[in-house]
This record gives sequence, structure tokens and C-alpha cells, in this order.
Amino acid sequence: MELLIFYPIAGLCVALALGVILNTSPVGSAMCLIGMMLGLAGIFVLQQAHFIAVLQVIIYAGAIMVLFMFVIMLLNLKQAASADWVSRDKNLYITILTSALAIGILYKIVDVTFMADLDSPAELPDTFGTVATVGESLFTDFVLPFEVASLLLLAAMIGAVVLAKPKLD
Amino acid sequence: MDWITEFLDELWDFIVQSLADNIPLIVGSVKAVVIAVAVMSVVPFLVWLERRLMGRFQVRLGPNRVGPFGFGQPMADTIKLLFKESIIQTSADKFLFHLAPAVVVFTAIVAFAVIPFGAPFEIFGQNIELWGANINSGILFVFAISGMGIYGMVIAGLSSNNKYSLMGGLRSSAQMISYELTLGLSALSIILLTGSLSLVDMVKAQETVPFILIQPLAFLLFFIAGVAETNRAPFDLPEAEQELVAGFHTEYTGMKFAMFFMGEYINMVTMSALVTLLFLGGWNSYGIPVWPIVSFAAKVVFLLCVFIWLRSTFPRIRYDRLMTFGWKVLLPLCLLNLLITGTIKVM
Repeated sequence: MELLIFYPIAGLCVALALGVILNTSPVGSAMCLIGMMLGLAGIFVLQQAHFIAVLQVIIYAGAIMVLFMFVIMLLNLKQAASADWVSRDKNLYITILTSALAIGILYKIVDVTFMADLDSPAELPDTFGTVATVGESLFTDFVLPFEVASLLLLAAMIGAVVLAKPKLD
Repeated sequence: MDWITEFLDELWDFIVQSLADNIPLIVGSVKAVVIAVAVMSVVPFLVWLERRLMGRFQVRLGPNRVGPFGFGQPMADTIKLLFKESIIQTSADKFLFHLAPAVVVFTAIVAFAVIPFGAPFEIFGQNIELWGANINSGILFVFAISGMGIYGMVIAGLSSNNKYSLMGGLRSSAQMISYELTLGLSALSIILLTGSLSLVDMVKAQETVPFILIQPLAFLLFFIAGVAETNRAPFDLPEAEQELVAGFHTEYTGMKFAMFFMGEYINMVTMSALVTLLFLGGWNSYGIPVWPIVSFAAKVVFLLCVFIWLRSTFPRIRYDRLMTFGWKVLLPLCLLNLLITGTIKVM
């Protein structure tokens, strides 16, 4: 029963992810990305992680993608869709850096998948995925990554304000 | 003919058995349909109520020709809108243009799935709970879905290929993002008090005293943000007629135009229900002997009347004032309220 729901969602996610990179119009890409985020939320629900699913919708599909749409609206990329969108400058260093990161993440995912014992799935505790459990592990086991991430976000926010300030004044 | 009766008998047994096995599933689907239909049928009533009340507020009669007390007016309007020619300008993005009103109505109805509207009761040995779903993060679900509703306006503004629509879409989404913060932060003090994100638990926590008496500031902030979130007057900037024609739905005609308003009215009901659940004690009636569901409905209808009352009382706020008000007045007040609530809770 779970697989019956999982496969359509997973297929849709992959199709929409392809749609993000293959689409010629920025609006279409953004819409595909929103759809994919919602699909991911569906997969989280299947994993009994309702809280994470709701957060996925609020933060990624909601807040972040609305800002993407804002940028598209303000720059009015629609007219420039055909020419500039495809042939943008390619920076070699950034390409190498992102590829290395992507390969690293993929390696980790494959590694974890092969290490997992699929024949005897672990029983989930009743409190799995609730707000209390997520909050507890966030502030005990993962407190350092959590603080580093919040510092990074703060730095990015200040950077954005500094960059925008001269234009506002 | 024996095999036919035998087959029918077997089929009957199979149907009865599968029905008996899947009672929770059947109850769930029936509830989903009933909630969706009920939410949608509130809209014509609300349109009628708003027009009649607005008429009285402005010392005129309001619609009173179609049916008793003008009750048939929404029906007549719907028929007119259904038969209106649907116009789509050639420069519009067809797919997105059709998608936008659907997104608005869909998200508005889905948000109602987690709203509990009465205490659970027992019938035919089945425990019927008067809510679509009691997920452990109910209030976050409502915020998430109302966040998705922004896309309806954004897409409408983008796909119309019209300056007014674009500006309207931009304004309404900026407004909704800004006031969502206030909405979430003022709800956070209630979450602090109950220690749960579930709306059912919040109502249960108010059995003796409604939270409006404990958190009057949070109530005020939540209600103001709620009015802004539903794009109602005095915060109906997205559709400021003098500046933007009709905002993001300038290019829409007929039923697609009406769907945006359907979404707005359903959001109004959802917001009233949320305020009732968070601050007015939900279905608790505090000694007045009425059914829980009547108590809940009475509070929601009262809040809807307040929405209409606000619209006919206040002039529209200028756009920059609206954003300043949201970010420099409401948000700091929210944080202050949260700080005080947290301090008291810890001590």
C-alpha cells in the first residue's frame, strides 16, 4: 500500500526535477521546483515525519520559492527567456566546486543505502517525527550544526542588507 | 438462474465485508466530502450577509429584490457569472492563467481539513470526530497551506501579462509574507501556553478560561494579521481600485474571476475559525447550555460580522504605511508579547 503511493510521488518528483533544468522559461522552472518540493513533503509524510513534511512546505515550497517568484517578477525575465537564460557565463571553478559537492553527497547517499539492512526494517517509536522529538535531537545531538547553520544564515542576511543598502539610499 | 443468485449473494457478502473492514476509511472520505461541500456552500451565504450588512452600515437597503430578503441574489450572480463570456488575452500564459484561480480555491478548501468544529461524539458505536484530520502539527498545516495560497495570486499576476496584474500580484504576496510572520508569532504564544501544535489540544486547554482573557495582545495582533492575510479591507491593497484597477485579477472574467472571491471568502471563514479555536475557546460554551457545534458556529459568524464591520468602517491604508505597520509595529509587539509569555511560563 505504501509503495502504491510512493512510486507515483517519486516518479512525479523525478519528472518535475527534470522539468526544472530542462524548462526554457524561468517561471516554468520555478513552478516545477515548487511541485517537486511538495512531492518531497509527500515522501516525508510516507516516512511518518509529518512535522518535517509541514516544515518542508512552509520553508521551501512556501517562503523560499515565493522569493524566487519575486525575483522573476521584479526582473521580468519572461522577455529574456529565449536568449539569455540558456547561454549564461560558465565559471570553471564554480562548476568544479559544485560537481565535487554533488559527487560527495551522492557518494554518501549510495554508501548509506548499501549499508542499510533492508530485510529487517527497524520499528519506529511512537514519538517518531513529532515536534518534541525533532526539537530534542536538534538541541542535543545536532546543536553544533544547528548553531553553525544559523550563524551562516545570519551572515547571509547581513550581507544581503549591506549589498542592498547603497541602492536604497 | 441459480448461478446468478449465487453470484449476487457472493457479491453482496463481499461488499458488506469490505465495507465493515474499511469503516475508518469510509468515515474519513464522507467527512472530507461533507467538509468541502459545507465550506463551499458557506460562500453564497457570506456574500449575501456581507452585501446586506454593508447596505445597513451605509444606510441603504442592499440587495432585496431576488427572493425573500434578497436571499436569491448570490444565486442570480452565480448564474450570471457562469454564462459570461470567458476572455483570455492572447499574450497571457494559458496554462498558468487557468491554474491560478484553481490554486486559490484548492488551498482555501484544503486548509479547512484540520479545523476541528465540535467535540467528538458517538453514533452507531462509531466515535465520530468533528474534524477532517487531527495531525500533531495542525496549526502549522494551516499556515503551510495558506502560504501555498500566495502562489495563486503570484501566478495570476505573472501569467496575465499586464502591468496592473503584476503590481497587484507583487503587492499581495509581499503583504501576505509580511503579515504571515505576525500571524505565526502571535500564535506562538498560544502554542507556548498549551505546549502543543494540535488545534484540538488548544481547545481542550481553554475549558475554563478562553485565551483572549490571558493573551489579549496576542489576540489583537493575530486578528489584525488575519484581516491582512485574507486581503480584506482595510488591508485590501492588492485590489486598490484607484491605483491598480483590480490588482492581480484584472484580466479575469466570469467564473474564474468569481473563484478568486470564493477563495477569499473561504479564507475568511478559516481565519474566523482559527481565531475562535485559538482565542475564543473553540466549542467550549462556558456554562451556556448549547451544543458545542452551535457555540463554535456562533463565534465564527460573529467574527465574520466583525470582518464586514471593519470593511465598512475603515478607509484603506496606503501601501508603504501597511508595510511599515507590519514590520515596525506589529512584529516588535509580537516578539515582546512572546518574550513576556515565555518568561512567565518559565517562572
